[in-house]
Amino acid sequence: MSQPVTITRGTSAARMAGVAALIIVLALVAAPYWAGRADMRLLGEIYLYLALATLWNLLAGYAGLVSVGQQAFVGFGGYMLFALTIFGGLHPLLAIAGAGVLGALISVPVAGLIFRLRGAYFAIGTWVMAEVFRLSFAQVSALGGGSGTSLPTDIVRSMADGRSAREALSYWLALGAALAVMAAVYFLLRSRRGLALTAIRDNELAASSLGIDIWRTKFCVYVVTSGLTAVIGALLFLQKLRISPDAAFSVNDWTAFVIFIVVIGGIGTLEGPIIGTIVFFLLRETLADLGTVYLMILGLVAIVIMLRAPKGIWGFLAERYGLELFPLSYRVRHSKTDKKRPGG
Amino acid sequence: MGRGPVAALRGAMASILELEGLTKAFGAVTVADGLSYAVSEGEALGVLGPNGAGKTSMFNLVTGTLRPDAGTIRFRGQDITRVSAAQRGRSGIARSFQVPQPFTHMTVFENAMVAATQSAGLRGHAAEELCLEVLEQTELLAQANAPAGSLTLLSRKRLELTRALCARPQLLLLDEIAGGLTEAECQALIATIGDIRSRGISIIWIEHVVHALLSVVERLIVIDFGKMIADGEPHAIMESPQVQEIYLGIEADA
Ligand SMILES: Nc1ncnc2c1ncn2[C@@H]1O[C@H](COP(=O)(O)OP(=O)(O)OP(=O)(O)O)[C@@H](O)[C@H]1O
Ligand SMILES: [Mg+2]
Repeated sequence: MSQPVTITRGTSAARMAGVAALIIVLALVAAPYWAGRADMRLLGEIYLYLALATLWNLLAGYAGLVSVGQQAFVGFGGYMLFALTIFGGLHPLLAIAGAGVLGALISVPVAGLIFRLRGAYFAIGTWVMAEVFRLSFAQVSALGGGSGTSLPTDIVRSMADGRSAREALSYWLALGAALAVMAAVYFLLRSRRGLALTAIRDNELAASSLGIDIWRTKFCVYVVTSGLTAVIGALLFLQKLRISPDAAFSVNDWTAFVIFIVVIGGIGTLEGPIIGTIVFFLLRETLADLGTVYLMILGLVAIVIMLRAPKGIWGFLAERYGLELFPLSYRVRHSKTDKKRPGG
Repeated sequence: MGRGPVAALRGAMASILELEGLTKAFGAVTVADGLSYAVSEGEALGVLGPNGAGKTSMFNLVTGTLRPDAGTIRFRGQDITRVSAAQRGRSGIARSFQVPQPFTHMTVFENAMVAATQSAGLRGHAAEELCLEVLEQTELLAQANAPAGSLTLLSRKRLELTRALCARPQLLLLDEIAGGLTEAECQALIATIGDIRSRGISIIWIEHVVHALLSVVERLIVIDFGKMIADGEPHAIMESPQVQEIYLGIEADA
């Protein structure tokens, strides 16, 4: 090699992880042929939680926008699915896309309001906005008001013939959405804009003096994550086939659990939400019968991890073993020490 | 006043930076009190002043992290008083922070890449090449893969200089980067800054290590209580009674 130093992105661990991920994804795509109905429902839910966690992580972990009100967009997306199919006569797949576009649009005035708030006030502001959403949709009698409504059977039937075909489609949609969200966030973080966003995550003062528009970057992240969160919301309620204000705008289901996943997995990393989602569902599936004790155990796990590994499980492992599954970071290699592996 | 950037460039003594009556107070503390001076293209200006005089605040005003109460700032003939910090960062002003502000979870190389891509606006290979070049010059190349948060204070200061250089500035603001260096390291730093100068980059350097400052700058200003109390040829300034009074007990000879 003519150059003394070369730059690569990613490690050999990342390359191995890529191969493993491909095999796992292929197996999951084929799940409708090998998994049972209940397993598929659970997997679908896991994918959608993974997507929600990845989006919240982008928002809070990178852009520093600690929102406790993303349920506003989950619920909004869910309601848009119902409204666009029932009143708009749209095919459910089109309605899901429409929910995303409308979610992004409505997040613009919401951002205009809450971006004036800082720190804890911002968090409270997001929660208040979500309550406004919930109370507003409870007023819409055409959508069942406070008690909610079901997706009419003819609309459900229009998706695919037969129950198992519908369930397979719904499963693939959830898997596709999760993969698309992860890929979008990955390619964003790998890009020039992603470098800016990562810089904002670490130090806003230095980032702005190096030419990064903090406000504009955060605003864009907020609008895009809100739109995508609305898509996930539409998919969640496509699985449930029923919506009500309390279920749609549940701070517990769509924010508290999501924050738990991101925080225990490792905030500000792409890998964190994956680890967190796995841990969360393992706990839920083994302990859910315990009722409130289950929630207390979740709280305990969160506290222990925050005390012992403040950067979450992934942050702890990555620091200790220098791991990286997504090839985001730059590695400067001194060719002298790397001669045995040309092209590395 | 009405001079456009083109006219400014034509002038023999074109100014890259002009401050006019710049004033800023935090309650009762005045950190800038009618500051007015100009820096010519390619000039290296040293800034002296006691602790708390308002030197760092002046940099904050020039870079846009602080808004002045009154006065104007012109950069390359254009009024930038109301321009955002980010836009100033993209238009050719770079600084090092007195208290280092690294991107702690990013590597040293990635810290440099932020400056090269966002500030200098370079892409891909060109950005990477610039970063490697600058890291070599600032002697951080061996630590390129280390997380910036793991660096010692001295290396963090080097990283400040690295990032500022990767921004490819026309005006470089350096805030106390020589403190704590050994003599050999100090000489290396002086050589580096001399090299930056030779590329025509204008420099304003705040420094308590006076002999380092005097071996680079051709002009010195002294700030006290936000006021400029002296401006001129460095050695003459150092010998003036006002400065002697302030710097009694501080290293004064080169
Ligand atoms: N954001 C702020 N709010 C209130 N007071 C401030 C702020 N920034 C600086 N000050 C005060 O303004 C004065 C000038 O501070 P500045 O950092 O500009 O001094 P300096 O000349 O750089 O000093 P040093 O040599 O110690 O770095 C100090 O008294 C400081 O406490
Ligand atoms: Mg200072």
